[in-house]
Amino acid sequence: MFEARPINRQNQTIERIWRGVFLAMTLVLVIPVLVILGVLVVRGGPMISWAFLTTEPTNGMTEGGVLPALLGTIALVLVALIASVPVGVAAAVYLSEYAADNWLTRTINLAIINLAGVPSIVHALFGLGAFVLFFQFGTSILAASLTLAVMALPVVIVSTRESLQAVPMAFREACWNMGATRWQTIRTVVLPNSISGILTGVILEVSRTAGETAPIMFTGAAFFLPFLPQSVYDQTMALSLHLFVISTQVPGVPDGLPYGVALVLVGIVLLMNSVSIAFRTWLRGRKKW
Amino acid sequence: MVDAAPQPKVKVSVKDLAIQYGGKAALSGVNLEIREHEIFGIIGPAGSGKTSFLRVLNRMDEMTTGMTFTGTVAIDGRDVRAWRNLYALRSRIGVVFPLPVGLPLSIYDNVALSPRLRGIRSASDLDEIVERCLRRAALWDEVKDRLQSLGSLLSGGQQQRLTIARALSQEPELLLLDEFSIAVDPVTTMKIEDVLKELRSEMTIVLVTNLVQQARRLADRTAFFLSGAFVEVGKTEDLFTGPVTDPRTREYVEGRFG
Ligand SMILES: Nc1ncnc2c1ncn2[C@@H]1O[C@H](COP(=O)(O)OP(=O)(O)OP(=O)(O)O)[C@@H](O)[C@H]1O
Ligand SMILES: [Mg+2]
Repeated sequence: MFEARPINRQNQTIERIWRGVFLAMTLVLVIPVLVILGVLVVRGGPMISWAFLTTEPTNGMTEGGVLPALLGTIALVLVALIASVPVGVAAAVYLSEYAADNWLTRTINLAIINLAGVPSIVHALFGLGAFVLFFQFGTSILAASLTLAVMALPVVIVSTRESLQAVPMAFREACWNMGATRWQTIRTVVLPNSISGILTGVILEVSRTAGETAPIMFTGAAFFLPFLPQSVYDQTMALSLHLFVISTQVPGVPDGLPYGVALVLVGIVLLMNSVSIAFRTWLRGRKKW
Repeated sequence: MVDAAPQPKVKVSVKDLAIQYGGKAALSGVNLEIREHEIFGIIGPAGSGKTSFLRVLNRMDEMTTGMTFTGTVAIDGRDVRAWRNLYALRSRIGVVFPLPVGLPLSIYDNVALSPRLRGIRSASDLDEIVERCLRRAALWDEVKDRLQSLGSLLSGGQQQRLTIARALSQEPELLLLDEFSIAVDPVTTMKIEDVLKELRSEMTIVLVTNLVQQARRLADRTAFFLSGAFVEVGKTEDLFTGPVTDPRTREYVEGRFG
């Protein structure tokens, strides 16, 4: 009675083929990641030591550690985070929860999506014009971080808006029908249920900015600095630019050094990502529906 | 029981109401009165405009893109358009949806939400309100030992009673029920129906239902909507056995439609 008909068998075969195709594509995707990580670990791993992380580069950047660049990258990312997250999340809340669906909103949404596609070198020039020159922050951590923040904003907005919209409309309607204002609804129901998605998107995006080179090159990152920055108005070294410099601009750099720097950079990005993943897992455990 | 009552007080009066979505008519020609402390039924096939009607009563049109209405709707003699603060209007109108919506908060917080929104902070007051509303909604015994667990994890029938408890926590003057029994088993439905009969003495209830027999069991008077038009309103029993102004009404309640 429940015997497989030819069409059932055929469907099953097709199902297996598609499964195989998707799996193959996934593996194709994973291979370069593993190769990159493998090379970095094998060639850069021996460079890594406590001293490498905690001393300054010496001898024309051909020896010594990466401390100023490491701290610089952390500072740049943190300031960018502080600048972009409140604005981005607030904008996304407005667009998702308040804005009427009209031509203006649609135009803004379109602009945001296009902004996300602007090449980073263009952001760099914008940052130079706006923050370094117009606002007269000079080439500084502040100017560079703000440039990174502007670059990260559209993606922060889009990912936040998506997390907000994943909260079922019925929850909002139920609150509104009770006489709750939009803000009360956002506070009691929408944000608590989208916060894990929002934070994940935000941290992923901001950690991505850790690797950016172009936007900070003209705005605040220095080729080489013999001292650590004292305030956000100082220039700083950064891992990404340091890597670029020692790989292409400085003679006599030992073979393993660029790999070591790259490994530190990847490591710090992975660290930030795993923080976000751990956080999301923790929040998911408390997911409410 | 009823003495030679004076003319019953009108709670909601609707004149020439027409509702549009994006300029397209969804319901028109509604003229009716809903009296204080009655259960007012609304019946009609899918898409006839019943839910839209309820949304106008608490001005949810304002939250719905493209929804507009013309004509007058007055609650306690006051035009619903005259409310400057719609949150105040909505906070005194309880709404129960076809599909139960347990908010992703604890059972306790679901019921305490509305009191908190209107500024009640004292824990003992809140405890008292939560217990009273859950009891009234015939849910207390089932959940009293797990008030801190999630409302959205209750069974469908329990969530629907939670929704009713939440509506009651608003101390509503008007309770709007939109096909509340669609996702609820017959036993729970009967429980809720008993609750509604008791609540009538405290508030005015508008009951939209797909089950004409439910309207017959509960509603004092009933209106019939048909594909975007208001057909008639009358004593519920009259729609079934008395004189009807439109033969389609009788055909609908007797289930020979089409
Ligand atoms: N948000 C909306 N946007 C556009 N059209 C809508 C919207 N809501 C309802 N309508 C339309 O308005 C008409 C009336 O819908 P309504 O939901 O009021 O019907 P109903 O009587 O409640 O039906 P049901 O018994 O299926 O719930 C329908 O034609 C519907 O397509
Ligand atoms: Mg409906």
